[in-house]
Amino acid sequence: MQESKSDYRQIIYDAISRRSSRRKLVDKAVSIAAIASVIFSVIMLGSILLEVLVNGTKALSLNFLIQTPGAIGSGLGGIGPAIQGTLIVVGLASAIGAPIGVLAGIYLSEFAGSGIFPSFVRFFNDVLVGLPSIVIGIVAYVALVVTLGSFSVWAGAFALSIIMIPIVTRVTEETLKIVPNSMREAGHSLGIPKRKVVTHIVLKSAKSGIITGIVLAVSRIAGETAPLIMTILGTDLYFSSLSGPVDALPLRIWRLASQPYQYAHDFGWGAALVLILIVLGLSLGLRLIAQKRGFKVRTVASG
Amino acid sequence: MRGGRRRGDRIFKFVTIGAAAYTLLMLGLILYAVGNGSALIFHFEGFKFFTSTDWNPVEGRESFGALPYIIGTLISSAVALAIGVPISLGIAIFLTEMSSGKILSKLSGPLAFVIELLAAVPSIIYGLWALFVFRFFILNYIEMPLYNAFGQSIPFFGVTPFGLDWFTAGIVLAIMIIPIVSSICREVMKAVPDTQREAAYSLGATRWETVRMAIFPYAKSGILGAAMMGLGRAIGETMLVTLVIGNAIGAAAIPTSLFSPSQTLSSLIANEFNEASSDLQQSALIGLGAVLLMLTMAILIVARLMVSRMVKVSPGFRE
Repeated sequence: MQESKSDYRQIIYDAISRRSSRRKLVDKAVSIAAIASVIFSVIMLGSILLEVLVNGTKALSLNFLIQTPGAIGSGLGGIGPAIQGTLIVVGLASAIGAPIGVLAGIYLSEFAGSGIFPSFVRFFNDVLVGLPSIVIGIVAYVALVVTLGSFSVWAGAFALSIIMIPIVTRVTEETLKIVPNSMREAGHSLGIPKRKVVTHIVLKSAKSGIITGIVLAVSRIAGETAPLIMTILGTDLYFSSLSGPVDALPLRIWRLASQPYQYAHDFGWGAALVLILIVLGLSLGLRLIAQKRGFKVRTVASG
Repeated sequence: MRGGRRRGDRIFKFVTIGAAAYTLLMLGLILYAVGNGSALIFHFEGFKFFTSTDWNPVEGRESFGALPYIIGTLISSAVALAIGVPISLGIAIFLTEMSSGKILSKLSGPLAFVIELLAAVPSIIYGLWALFVFRFFILNYIEMPLYNAFGQSIPFFGVTPFGLDWFTAGIVLAIMIIPIVSSICREVMKAVPDTQREAAYSLGATRWETVRMAIFPYAKSGILGAAMMGLGRAIGETMLVTLVIGNAIGAAAIPTSLFSPSQTLSSLIANEFNEASSDLQQSALIGLGAVLLMLTMAILIVARLMVSRMVKVSPGFRE
């Protein structure tokens, strides 16, 4: 009797410990898988940055940065027009996109209730954030390139602004919503008109968050390639007019990578380094300032 | 005086409404432009545009079908999700649940920082790296061994690999979506209250059981939203795919093997848009854009509805 009871206990004990050791094993396996995925990603992403840095610096020189591209296959020239074009197109797109995005965000946070129109705007704003950029390129092509009759800076900037606006709108709305209501109430109780409460009190206290959103949106559109193919087209010349074609870094990288010459590939790496310095410089600089001044930066992925 | 102030407020409000309406206007313009631009091809091909595998721009023998590129888009994105999402979850688990040790807690901060930074690297740079570096790695260490081992016996491995195929494209897409998907998963899992974890641990759960039973259910909708966002990115990605997928055209773009070159909707548009020889071909390319638009809008709307029904926070933009 005594013996069989202890057998019984032993069986349960074995079962539990067997089960528990299997649980521990599964737990170990998952931990190892998690560490492995971290190592895999770090190696892959590290490899990207390292290759761009190593191969890019080989191509870099002052002439490379300011000269126009040489004849295909010549091994000469640089990416001057591409750098200039990226700055112009992105600058123009930001000049269109940032104000519209901020104003729309102000509307959603300060004026809109929970009616049908604002919820429509919010819903389709989120849809717009996720649309493929090449589709937006097609839209700019049909709307501007076809009607105006030529590839142009305008068309490229228009396309990039469509990508930028929903990002800025969303970040602005969410940043403004964090501003405590007591600040608005304080303004209203002093008899300040609503527009001044919004611009002088609410916007001011949310400034850093909104600027963060704009900078991240700018760094995202700076790397866009697909919509530029059918809008600014790309050229070997420096900028001449807003209604004509222009070059851009991502576009130039693509063209260089598609050529069958080793020097073109080296140039491609050089252009990639310049582009990555611009894009990461923007978001890294922002994060450093953010850390110093104590505000948070959100993630906006590239296209 | 009071009237003037009220007018100023009203004008300001109207300006902001105008900006908000601009979003809807743009969406309307997108639907109109894509619909208008592709009208010609849908008139010419009809429903056959979705089912045909031809792609022939030669004058007099024109025939365009989107099926191979729809398939190419779906399978490369499927590879991207199948590889990218589990790895992203692994990273998120590591960063939120495992970084309690002495070394790990020092590591996780910079790691999260670097991964978030990488979400800002333009996709053309992923493409450049994939074409000149990663492609050879895949070819030499994954594709050739598989081909040598099974190429004769299993047709699925039966095409001589060159490293430029839908499998490579899928893996590189996975690497591209890892930063953004893992960042969102991490934010979502970090937002799970500690009481969830404490409850599970106090019942004797292991770490994995805690994650599986106390954290995943709580963060489910956010993780789903992250995966959907990754899917949306993978489906719409253009430049990277154009560089590594091999750019097959017509029926040849339907893969017969893991190592077959293929083509996606967006990569074909990027390759041929400026070289289109006729209005019909251009319209066919815009038609591909229309298919792509429908595909992503469906995904985005389903994701948005699903996520907002479960939690009132949109994925990816949590503080």
